Amino acid sequence: MITVNINGLEVKVEKGTTLLEAARFLGFPIPTLCHMDGLHSYGACRLCVVEIGEGTKARLVSSCTYPAEEGLKVRTASRRVIRTRKMIIELLLASCPQSKTIQDIAAANEVKQQRFKQEYEDCILCGLCVRMCEEQMMAKAIGFRGRGEKRSIGTPFDVQAEVCRLCGGCMYVCPVCMLRCTYNEPEKAICGACTNLSPPCVDKEQYADMMCYMEPCVACEINKK
Amino acid sequence: MSYIIEKIVKKHNGELGGVIAILEEIQSQHSYLPESALKTVALETGRSLVEIYGVATFYKYFSLKPRGEHLISVCLGTACHVRQGSVIAKEFEDLLGIHAGETTLNKEFSLETVNCLGACARGPIVVVDGHYFSNVKKAQVSQIIKKAREGLDSTDVKEDQRIFAIKLRCPYCNHSLLDPNYLIDDNPTVRLTISFGRKHGWLRLSSLYGSYSIKSEYEIPIDTIVDFFCPHCHTELVGSSSCPTCNAPMVPMAIYGGGLIQICSRRGCKNHMMDLVNSICINCENRHTCKFIKPEGGVWYCEEYK
Repeated sequence: MITVNINGLEVKVEKGTTLLEAARFLGFPIPTLCHMDGLHSYGACRLCVVEIGEGTKARLVSSCTYPAEEGLKVRTASRRVIRTRKMIIELLLASCPQSKTIQDIAAANEVKQQRFKQEYEDCILCGLCVRMCEEQMMAKAIGFRGRGEKRSIGTPFDVQAEVCRLCGGCMYVCPVCMLRCTYNEPEKAICGACTNLSPPCVDKEQYADMMCYMEPCVACEINKK
Repeated sequence: MSYIIEKIVKKHNGELGGVIAILEEIQSQHSYLPESALKTVALETGRSLVEIYGVATFYKYFSLKPRGEHLISVCLGTACHVRQGSVIAKEFEDLLGIHAGETTLNKEFSLETVNCLGACARGPIVVVDGHYFSNVKKAQVSQIIKKAREGLDSTDVKEDQRIFAIKLRCPYCNHSLLDPNYLIDDNPTVRLTISFGRKHGWLRLSSLYGSYSIKSEYEIPIDTIVDFFCPHCHTELVGSSSCPTCNAPMVPMAIYGGGLIQICSRRGCKNHMMDLVNSICINCENRHTCKFIKPEGGVWYCEEYK
């Protein structure tokens, strides 16, 4: 067992426990976006930053990937942590303002404005869908492609992968992709849960009891018009 | 094609992280990575296609689109940039009528910009098919394209000091292989008999060391391993060593005045070795008194007996 000091409270945790798990065990709230129980920690969104160490050696780490160390002193809500976290939320808002998940996080962390050039991306590259596909659905149908500003998530060659079962798991975990329903282009579909039904959901009158995780479903909304 | 790719994958089998090496080798053979190749690699290495695709798209070196016959890389690194590298790139774009990263419609040229070629002091740098052009001026661009069309690999034999003529003979029957009646590069050629597949005919090599010019009775497809024979004694010219890069057998030919030259038997592979040694029995001064003398002729080294 390892003893960690979080915000002045000592806690004994098993070896290999992450700081996020230890802090949540004690009840300290740490916002997360790319973390999900049951999937590997990836440390992409950096929302879960905490400060470790003391004095000049103090530094910020992502708590979801940092394993607890003996005698480590962790601060989950120091002034530096709060400031950094707010900046990260502002940056997330700058790229994906339409995401309900990000809006909620911003509200909960008292971020009321963002000072950057506004963009409307439909992906923040958090990698949740990639890990979902690989670790829970055992499919490895989607993954990261390209590098730098051209980095994107999708299937090889932008065609529906043979290993994809159209389970819709990637859409289910995605925090931002309200706009990514690709029903209009079924050959490029990642989810396609609605077309997977028989008859397809767009042929039915009600979509409330459908498999679609989108509310509202883009395809259905288009069909209404 | 998938057979070749399977072979490449098998060669790298067991290497941890061998994906990049496999993709590099496929690209060097096909000039790009075809979709089917990525699928074969995924299947053979037991990885998912998206993983292979991720690696292939991550590195700029890999291309998923077919490239042209000649690849022009214009450096836009910091040093080349301040020396008007972008003007050179623009000039190439204008003259070829394509943008960087594209291929001309007739599949002749591919143009790409790179971020550093490691020769900053001599910038702006342009690399065409592996040949470096340094201190490139805007006016030189059209000439570079012209040179590339003519083929940069056909070396200018008169200007290059490193190129000299060598006289070759069969290591088995000692007859001269030179054919003074057939000239390549204004020099007598090395005449050999070759066979590949069901074809059987003559092949003439330039006798200039450093020139890769050849003439052949039949067009030899790239990557074919060709069997070489002496036109006089019809012995197959095959050495004990194999090519260090492509593993094809090397073809030995003896040099007048002592020594041995070995060329790779694979079409397109330019590997060759020259050994200017006196230890070949046939050239050895002591060959009449040597107790190890091999009566059947051929290329023998003293070491082989020890």
